[in-house]
Amino acid sequence: MGELLVQAWTVARKDLVLEFRTRTALISAVVFTALVLTVFNFGRDPTAVPTIDLAPTILWVTFTFAAMLALNRAFQLELENQALEGLLVSPLSRTSLYWGKLIANLVFVAVVEGVGLPLFVLFFDVPVGRVLVPLIGVIALATLGFVAVGTLFSALVIRTRFAELLLVVILLPFLVPPLIGAVQVTARLLGGRPLSEAVGYLKLLAAYDIVFVSLASFLFRFTVDE
Amino acid sequence: MLSAEGLRHAFGEGRGQVVALDGVSFDLTSGQTLAIFGPNGAGKTTLLKVLAGLIHPQVGSVHVTGGRRAIGWIGHQSHLYEHLTVRENLLFWAALYGVPAARRGPRAAEVLGRLGMARRADQPVWSLSRGLAQRAAIAKALIHDPSVLLLDEPFTGLDLAAAAELRALLGELRVGGAAGGGRVLVLATHNVDEGVELATDVAFQRRGRFVHFAPRGGRGPAEIAEAYRRAVVDG
Repeated sequence: MGELLVQAWTVARKDLVLEFRTRTALISAVVFTALVLTVFNFGRDPTAVPTIDLAPTILWVTFTFAAMLALNRAFQLELENQALEGLLVSPLSRTSLYWGKLIANLVFVAVVEGVGLPLFVLFFDVPVGRVLVPLIGVIALATLGFVAVGTLFSALVIRTRFAELLLVVILLPFLVPPLIGAVQVTARLLGGRPLSEAVGYLKLLAAYDIVFVSLASFLFRFTVDE
Repeated sequence: MLSAEGLRHAFGEGRGQVVALDGVSFDLTSGQTLAIFGPNGAGKTTLLKVLAGLIHPQVGSVHVTGGRRAIGWIGHQSHLYEHLTVRENLLFWAALYGVPAARRGPRAAEVLGRLGMARRADQPVWSLSRGLAQRAAIAKALIHDPSVLLLDEPFTGLDLAAAAELRALLGELRVGGAAGGGRVLVLATHNVDEGVELATDVAFQRRGRFVHFAPRGGRGPAEIAEAYRRAVVDG
């Protein structure tokens, strides 16, 4: 287990160094997040629907599509000089490779969300001060689930034509359960309702994480081996 | 050290099936270099991928003393990350191959020094010429001191001088292996003029089969080319 985690961290650290050195995908994702929030801000009629009713949906739609950019780049890094082939020849276990990619993607998406959340508060003037800690908890819980599935699918499509389009098409249906859960819990938090009202959705998010992290760790080898 | 037993592998099914390996067997020990010649589509790359564990053969087995950690791979793609420096790449691959943390730096310096790349260690890979990038790829393949080196068309894209330099280097690597012993080299190429002088054994591959497999003996490039023409082109 120790060796597995050490190797996963080696892969994740390499991915993060590459990303923070080039910053191409990171800047794209952050700019994309800001633009989507701006479009939502100006593309709605605040007198027709109260902001507080729309805000959770806007937040999660923005995070979901921004995460897609991160997930797309995860294995594209490995196409450069066929590095993926080198990884598969090496003694690196497939599980370590998956976990490494998962960790790097989580950090990447967390940075994008870290920039997106203050912008969301700024544009929509929602009261998050009192619920910041549980809100961050919900974001973390939902993000783990959809990044786990997205990392698996990005490996699956990387050798196909139109990989970026294909990833969105096959991934979105799988994101519906965590998206429903995250929106419902966020709506209750922003509405000042007690968290106990959202226990069912929190259980849904936790179960989704456990099931899909386990399943993806097991299935990953079948997506990369010939 | 490296043995293959009755390898068979096909892609596709029915009429469209392509047999890439058909009954390939051999046994190589340290100091031996097997040069595999064959036209495009003969199954050479598939064979190397099977030896490296990238493809699981449908029939047959491969045994490498020391397992995956004993294998080094040099292909026409370098497996290097363009935005890392040469040294960062080597340290990354050393970690994956289980080289102890304290040994990684000195080992990278040693390999780069041997390949005349010490001054380039802190350059990003994207800034290297084709020849230097190929040397960096060789350094990556040697970072864990493998006892088996698999070479897939390593001369592709190199000019004459760089190809001659690579041949000389591979000759040194064959005899100067792990812990002072010899290495096993398996070299696949479609060009008979490349690598003949390195070979101790020669195989011609056609449609997945070894149609010729014998020690090179005293045969030179011209004799090997003639034998290749008879066995593969005319056969």
